[in-house]
Amino acid sequence: MNLSILKSDKKNLNSFIVAGSVLIFIGFIDIILSSFFSTNITAFLPNKISYLTPLLFGLFGLYLIRIEFSGNKLLDKVNTNFNSSNFNAFLTLLVIFSLIKYIPPLLNWFVFDANFAGNTKEDCTSGGACWVFVKVWLNRFVYGLYPDNEQWRINTAFLTLFLLVGASFFVPQKFKKYIIIFLLFVYPIIGLKLISGGDFGLKYVETGAWGGLSLTFIVSAFALILCFPIGTILALGRRSKLPAIRYTSIGFIELWRGVPLITVLFMSAVMFPMFLPDGTYVDKLIRVLIAITLFEAAYMAEVVRGGLQALPKGQYEAAKSLGMGYWKMHFLIILPQALKLVIPGIANTFLALVKDTPLIFVVGLLELAGMVNLAKTNPKWLGMAMEGYVFAGLVFWVICYVMSRYSQNLEKKLKTER
Amino acid sequence: MSKIIELKNVNKWFDKFQALKDINLEVNQQEKIVICGPSGSGKSTLIRCINRLEEHQDGQIIVDGKEISENTKDLEKIRAEVGMVFQQFNLFPHLSILDNCTLAPIWVKKMPKKDAEALAMKNLERVQIADQAKKFPGQLSGGQQQRSALARALCMEPKIMLFDEPTSALDPEMIKEVLDAMVDLAKAGMTMIVVTHEMGFAKEVADNMIFMDEGKIVEKAKTKEFFENPKSDRTKLFLSQIL
Repeated sequence: MNLSILKSDKKNLNSFIVAGSVLIFIGFIDIILSSFFSTNITAFLPNKISYLTPLLFGLFGLYLIRIEFSGNKLLDKVNTNFNSSNFNAFLTLLVIFSLIKYIPPLLNWFVFDANFAGNTKEDCTSGGACWVFVKVWLNRFVYGLYPDNEQWRINTAFLTLFLLVGASFFVPQKFKKYIIIFLLFVYPIIGLKLISGGDFGLKYVETGAWGGLSLTFIVSAFALILCFPIGTILALGRRSKLPAIRYTSIGFIELWRGVPLITVLFMSAVMFPMFLPDGTYVDKLIRVLIAITLFEAAYMAEVVRGGLQALPKGQYEAAKSLGMGYWKMHFLIILPQALKLVIPGIANTFLALVKDTPLIFVVGLLELAGMVNLAKTNPKWLGMAMEGYVFAGLVFWVICYVMSRYSQNLEKKLKTER
Repeated sequence: MSKIIELKNVNKWFDKFQALKDINLEVNQQEKIVICGPSGSGKSTLIRCINRLEEHQDGQIIVDGKEISENTKDLEKIRAEVGMVFQQFNLFPHLSILDNCTLAPIWVKKMPKKDAEALAMKNLERVQIADQAKKFPGQLSGGQQQRSALARALCMEPKIMLFDEPTSALDPEMIKEVLDAMVDLAKAGMTMIVVTHEMGFAKEVADNMIFMDEGKIVEKAKTKEFFENPKSDRTKLFLSQIL
């Protein structure tokens, strides 16, 4: 079909703009009426075609106003950015119409029709989300089965952690390294002792009772802190000239990378105790932590190795020519550059790790997603799966987004190239 | 004058390719030697063997009285005494110029930070880039980077300096500033082995010239004699092509 008669030139520019705008406007009216007022102005057409009429109107309208060098700044901007071809016009309309059609119901479910007041499932009457469920269970979602009276211990532990981390950003460079050393090597022990108790007059709380978001944080934080150095050592080992070290590293990495995490966790729960002498008992949280750490360390090793390989040979040679031995060369010259290169990869691994933590349910530990799982099976709260999982998903998203932003900032801060 | 470097019948192979063939060479203290020759002739390999960035398979290399081999325990100590300047500068891009210069003195020689910084500033002054000390390598021109690399090597207060085509990666107008710094260093009495194609520099500085081809030292002669009256035909051909 020859549509050239439908192409404007300078003379009838205005009539084309008017005609196009009217068509686009009709498209919008059509979609808005059908989404919000359940009136279909094209109901006389067959069902499927009538569903698509907003798009058709809009497409034809956009086609009419696609006029090159019209002299109208706004129009030119629209044309170059949203309406440069039929396909782009289609995508533009599809996105806008989808938003109009699907965002409002979503918002309704989330906010406008949602229930916030009340304490039981029966208070949720309006048809939207039942956030009462999350409200009632929030304590459990955060602290797991940790006894209510002892929850201040978790609060204290995390508050101290955040204060210390915050402080490390603001204190002068001189003290910074002491805070970081304290955070990495001393604080984890203090924090764990505070939460587990048993000494200093604190009531012992067994790890089976730990849970919820606080357990997510504990597992993630320990695994993150530990898997990083282990992974780095493995990466160096894999590039070592000594065959014994090299093959051990390769073997370790390939073994752990080749096994699904869930299998590793099962093994740590079921098989591992069989190898221990009778009477010895390693707490299952510790076993899980070790399993996750070693698993993620294998991934970390390959990420770091990528960075090591990306460095030019000249860096190694310059370091050697200045009289540096293996460790000095790696810690002063090679690793600072290699790790900087692979920050995106490291962030990737860390995010994956955080999102893998729900798998610890296989050994009976319930972090955030696990607690949601438990709560939704409570007879009084059946049918709340959606609210629970949306909540857990949002929390995970926030955690991961913060980490992602932090890694991007770090990249910018460490950039020394022009 | 006493010998500081001695190579006896050194042979080196890269797999089956023989890069160095029976190299014999003695370098005295404060002597300046310029090595030239076509590419692939083993010049770089030769000087990289002297601080064992490359391993030789046969023969002896003795630096400052210590033999260098796979059994050398204090290789790092020997390397600390032998400074090297590379074709590609090889500055550490994550550190400022000042930190590039102080890193090795602080960590290898255990020098206090203040002394190391004073030493670094002295050497940066010497190559005339003291004003760039706080910048990062990526912010400097090629000539400035190469002079920083020279300063970095000098901060280890080496007894010997090796130069592996120090000006080959530079724009023509930057070559002079690097060569000037090297001439100053030569005048101060440093023992230097320089692989370069800059024959003007060679004539000005070198005591002895070496011409290499196909892994062998074809000709070694006093500088004047080397340029005015080369003995081997291969040298004559080479000189006629580059002069």
